[in-house]
Amino acid sequence: MPELTYVEALNEALHEEMARDEKVFLMGEDVAFDYFGVCSGLADRFGRDRVRDTPICELGFTGAGVGAAMAGFRPIVDLRFMDFATYALDPIVNQAAKLRYMLGGQLSVPMVARIPSGAGLQYGATHGQSLEAWFMQVPGLKVLYPSCPSDAKGLLKAAVRDDNPVMFIEHRLLYAQKTKQDVPEGDYTTPIGVAEVKRAGADATIVGIGYQMGHCLEAAEALAGEGIECEVIDPRSLTPLDVETITASVRKTSRCVIVEEGHLRSGVGAEISAAIQEAVFEYLDAPIGRVAALMAPIPVQTKLEKFVLPSTEKVIAAVRKALGVSA
Amino acid sequence: MARSTSRLSRKRLGEMYRTMLRIRRFEETADDLYMVGKVVGGVHVSIGQEACSAGVCAALREDDAVLTTHRGHGHSIAKGTRLPEMLAELMGKVTGLCRSKGGSMHIADVSKGHYGAHSIVGANMPMAAGIGLAYQLEGKDQVAVVFFGDGASNNGAFHEAMNLCAIWKLPVVFFCENNQYAVSVPAEYSTSVDDISVRSKGYDAPGLTVDGMDVAAVYEASREAVAHARRGLGPSLIEGKTYRFFGHSRGDPHYGMYRTKEEWEGWKGRDPLIVCEKMLKMTAKQKKAHADAVEAEIKEAIEFAESSPEPEESVALEDIFA
Repeated sequence: MPELTYVEALNEALHEEMARDEKVFLMGEDVAFDYFGVCSGLADRFGRDRVRDTPICELGFTGAGVGAAMAGFRPIVDLRFMDFATYALDPIVNQAAKLRYMLGGQLSVPMVARIPSGAGLQYGATHGQSLEAWFMQVPGLKVLYPSCPSDAKGLLKAAVRDDNPVMFIEHRLLYAQKTKQDVPEGDYTTPIGVAEVKRAGADATIVGIGYQMGHCLEAAEALAGEGIECEVIDPRSLTPLDVETITASVRKTSRCVIVEEGHLRSGVGAEISAAIQEAVFEYLDAPIGRVAALMAPIPVQTKLEKFVLPSTEKVIAAVRKALGVSA
Repeated sequence: MARSTSRLSRKRLGEMYRTMLRIRRFEETADDLYMVGKVVGGVHVSIGQEACSAGVCAALREDDAVLTTHRGHGHSIAKGTRLPEMLAELMGKVTGLCRSKGGSMHIADVSKGHYGAHSIVGANMPMAAGIGLAYQLEGKDQVAVVFFGDGASNNGAFHEAMNLCAIWKLPVVFFCENNQYAVSVPAEYSTSVDDISVRSKGYDAPGLTVDGMDVAAVYEASREAVAHARRGLGPSLIEGKTYRFFGHSRGDPHYGMYRTKEEWEGWKGRDPLIVCEKMLKMTAKQKKAHADAVEAEIKEAIEFAESSPEPEESVALEDIFA
């Protein structure tokens, strides 16, 4: 199997889907040049009509994406920073998510919004947010968040082929990762709505979202050294959410910690926690733990940013707390 | 302000008159039904503004697109939207165009090129740009027209969409129905220019202000803008100066709150139906023939809507995902 980085996997997915279906096109700020590398080679191969730089107008070009999708295309809009998606909330939340419903099924909106997110680069409060929980609140949107190269490629290809609006969350620190991973060769998709058990274990369940999966796996490795075996689950898809895979694990372990980069209050962890206790309350031996960004804007200063964000150490501490063991 | 010339055939003008009358009577009917509690949700009628709907859509082909607003019955009817299914939608019936889930503010009939009423002011303009982009990418010569009001012309969505259409030469016609008020706020207060059409200059696109009470003037300006778009030359901005004879919505009187009786009466004297009747030198007999035909159509729509069933609750959970 070929080995790819996260960026290379996304790039390969875009190349393959644009070659497969001429209705797929990409637009956003700086996509032809793309200093992130995700769009490398696309403009040369497919031309500037289909790899379309836009002015700085997130509302305008995201709304145009919705319109093109209404008219039968499969646009991918690149929002560059999740914080910029706040300018595009009308086309995403009011239009893309609702049009099929409001129009009684007369049309669908097969648009993908690629939304690089996340902190850890000292960009501060308006270039480092993780707002995926907002989108989970909206009926009519699918929300995907791959944590590794193979899912990045498989889920992006699945998103492009899906007939609904898909919020496709990426993370800039995953862009920076140079580690390569085996990625299946050729045309494959990762099923939407199916979680993956990344590591098996019987003592505690850790559910990790997106970039935080790295911290979860590091924590599980460290805890294994102490004889604590964690089962680590990557939902991959936040809407629809594979509650069954998570609850099956909690039935086994009776303890659970959920790790996300978004803010704690009303976050992804709050929703997953509620879903777990509704389904398997009687199996729980401890309160469900949540590791998330503290309820502060993301600060620029390195030490402060680290303090606000989740980390491997915070995950380890939360698992120990759930197990009632001290360090 | 551009007024009509007399190049239009009587037959063509007569068709536009019929369209305006159908809009007028549909909206009067919807308003009556609202008053007796038979219409679900909000209803914003465009009575007084019919010349804009009829004039623009007369310049379009069936495969062209329109996108409209919360005040969109007129545009819908002029684009060919079916009256019975539209009235059923207003009355919360499952036979409605949107299966009763969109209501008056989200009427759509995609099979007729009607891509929806959009109740978020300004939101329809970026979408129109996207539909225009789809036409351009496919190499089609279809055109998208987006209707909006004076209020929406102050929204960022208008400016972002105008710029996108201008830089990409998209086949989109921006038609601003300047009815002088954004709910209660007068355009002369909220808007930096007297004629909204001059804003096209900022986007290096043609702009024209026309008498929005004169269906022929609206048609002529639209025909030119549509032809411009179809030739691949990009967007135009047309402003029709018009007036809504009713309040913003029910509960808002025709005058007395933020509009004076004198102002209202001045515009009422220029009712687009009367203006058109004069242009056609219509006889009483001709008027009656139009009125009878429209009444029959309205009666059929009411019967269809009244006799249609309400949806089952399960319909609330359908059409969320494709």
